Amino acid sequence: MLARVAETLYWMARYMERAENMARLINVNANLILDIPKKTVLGWEPLIDITGTRENYEEKYHSFEERQVMKYLISDADSPVSIANSLKWARENARTVRDVIPREAWEQINGLNHYAKDQLNVAMSKRGRFSYLNEIILRSQTIVGLLSGTVNRDQGYLFIRMGRNLERADMTSRIIDVRSANLLTEESMELRPFENIQWMSVLKSLTAYQMYRQAMQARIRRADVVKFLFQSQRFPRSILFCVQQMERCVQELPDFENSLRRIHQAKRLIQGAELHAYDQGMLHDFIDHIQIELNNIHEALNDQYFLSGRIYGQEQEQKQAS
Amino acid sequence: MSVSWNEYDPGKFFDELIKTKGKPRKYAKNLAKYLADHSDEELETRKAVAELSIKEMGITFTVYTEEEGSIDRSWPFDILPRMIPKSEWDQIEKGLKQRVHALNLFINDIYHDQKIIKDKIFPKELLANSVNFRKECVGVSPPLNIWAHICGSDLVRDSDGTMYVLEDNLRVPSGVSYMLENRSVMKRVFPELFESYNIQPVDDYCSQLFDMLASLSPRPADYPEVVVLTPGIFNSAYFEHSYLAQQMGCELVEGRDLVVQDDDCVYMRTVEGLQRVDVIYRRIDDLFLDPEAFHPDSMLGVPGLMRAWKKGNVALANAPGAGVADDKVVYAFVPEIIKYYLGEEVLLPNVPTYRCMFQDEQDYVLSHLDELVVKPANESGGYGMMIGPMASKKEREKFAQLIKKDPRNYIAQPTLGLSTVPTFVDHGVEPRHVDLRPFILSGDNTSVTMGGLTRVALRKGSLVVNSSQGGGSKDTWIVEEEA
Repeated sequence: MLARVAETLYWMARYMERAENMARLINVNANLILDIPKKTVLGWEPLIDITGTRENYEEKYHSFEERQVMKYLISDADSPVSIANSLKWARENARTVRDVIPREAWEQINGLNHYAKDQLNVAMSKRGRFSYLNEIILRSQTIVGLLSGTVNRDQGYLFIRMGRNLERADMTSRIIDVRSANLLTEESMELRPFENIQWMSVLKSLTAYQMYRQAMQARIRRADVVKFLFQSQRFPRSILFCVQQMERCVQELPDFENSLRRIHQAKRLIQGAELHAYDQGMLHDFIDHIQIELNNIHEALNDQYFLSGRIYGQEQEQKQAS
Repeated sequence: MSVSWNEYDPGKFFDELIKTKGKPRKYAKNLAKYLADHSDEELETRKAVAELSIKEMGITFTVYTEEEGSIDRSWPFDILPRMIPKSEWDQIEKGLKQRVHALNLFINDIYHDQKIIKDKIFPKELLANSVNFRKECVGVSPPLNIWAHICGSDLVRDSDGTMYVLEDNLRVPSGVSYMLENRSVMKRVFPELFESYNIQPVDDYCSQLFDMLASLSPRPADYPEVVVLTPGIFNSAYFEHSYLAQQMGCELVEGRDLVVQDDDCVYMRTVEGLQRVDVIYRRIDDLFLDPEAFHPDSMLGVPGLMRAWKKGNVALANAPGAGVADDKVVYAFVPEIIKYYLGEEVLLPNVPTYRCMFQDEQDYVLSHLDELVVKPANESGGYGMMIGPMASKKEREKFAQLIKKDPRNYIAQPTLGLSTVPTFVDHGVEPRHVDLRPFILSGDNTSVTMGGLTRVALRKGSLVVNSSQGGGSKDTWIVEEEA
């Protein structure tokens, strides 16, 4: 497999996953806002921090009013985190490797991109937004299923899976972060009654509610939900699960030692965390730490397998030789 | 209301389907009846199906705009097919094979002994002026001595029904993927017509292309490593590059994926490390292939590629330098070239071409400037051209001067009345002008596509079939006539 093609498949999967999870992220915040008493909510501003692009946002937008933030997260082509932008890049990457992926997969990715663009009016209305975002999620899931049901289990598929799982782990951590950001005033008695309902909405936004119930057989309790979403060995959107998927994939590739070392490091961090003892602030820091580890895994893959990393490495060798 | 052939008027042009008002050609009768029997609404629905399929299938071509940079647009397509009877096509196919065979002998001769020049058939000065002659290729013997492995020749039909070759594209001809995609769209749109007609299939092009490319491999193997080299996603034909790689099941590579090592072999950078490449179907122009040999600042090519090719360690299709045979002055000599190498008369005629370098032909051109199209030899895409009947007196005088100053650089041809095909327009069906680009593959044997890509000028009266300038395309049916 060409190093450039491996890289492109990996990014195609990452952008697809990013678009889907951005839709989930917006849905979870919208639900939280509806549930929490008006005067205590932080509104939409925390979402900008969670995407890590506040500077970028403030260059162009001057308030954190719902419409502005929605525009930035859904339709703005210049926004690095918007659904429109992720889908555009997913499509560009898919177009670059359309000779490699099944034709139907390309047609679906292409079609999703058209849908997202054509239905922007719907997306921007309060009423239409939920169904629009759900359609994005559903179609993304269709593409995941299509790839899983039609692609040879070769290196290309390994890179698709690694891109998807890396992005999914990262985005799940961000979705949990929405909750912690909205609850800086956690100790206030005012919010207590709403706590469970809010964690339920986080679970639902990750399509995790039923699975949580089945796996944990517990009421919705913060400590259990956090444990489930970080450390479940069974739920495919839990961070540990995603990292373990990558652990498996990478060992089927040549020269995997460096990347595997990075993956193990992330895995130890997740498994070792005493989550029940974390307050919201600690949880937030922990999430930051996980995101850094995930990025390290990306860097290791890039250096070892991708064209940009390869060419850079070769240039360094030549410099040393001369 | 439905399509009414009594109101369809091809005028003075040759129409490929309708002979005269209300009279379809014999092989088009079923189609004409089918269209007349269906309502406008029904046909509009079919049209919508085609447009949706094209959008969903992502059949695109890339255009550049000032505001948006490079964007890919859906491929403009007309659902009414162009038809050619099989008996006529068989003759055209023979003519194309003869032509490409002779052109390959010509190119090989030009880069070796230049016998055709020594025998004074082909003027030496023309070669000196050719922008597509590559001195780097002199003395090189590519596999099977074939240089132009893939040729796309443009055919046009004049008002009297004669099919002419307008030009041969021997560098990186494109369009074949659209020919294949048009057919798959048509099968979705008019499945029932495929039942009532005996339409020759076009689907085997990609496997023929792969076999031809594999036959060039320097290392004998069942599955030589064949790759398609593209300039990248911003190229207007990227869709096609990707399509062909996919259909052949080979890697689509960019210049940066390849590297020539000290052993003068070409390798691609894979996840596992370097892997040897045997055959490159390159869709990059000669001058961008190798920054060591040509443009030093080319980012698209592969340093050392020419070195590897000259040593015979990798095959390039088409071979660098093959373009020497596709300038307009060489074109004018094709009948002589065929006669010289094959001892045969030309089967598929050239458009009559006057070569200004010969005094008698120049005299004719200068006294008939108002009827002729004058073209410079080494420009393409219609640059620096004069269309006599539409030119002002001043323009004609300017060209007369240009011709006298540099007669070798100019040829002239009569203006042709391109044939038409019924085409969907806003209100019903009207004739629109078309051309045809078949593709000829030359390797250990020669094959020609069944038909080719029919391009259509969608604007009324226009002769410009180019997709970036309001052109579209049609499916081309080679049909067996029923006895």
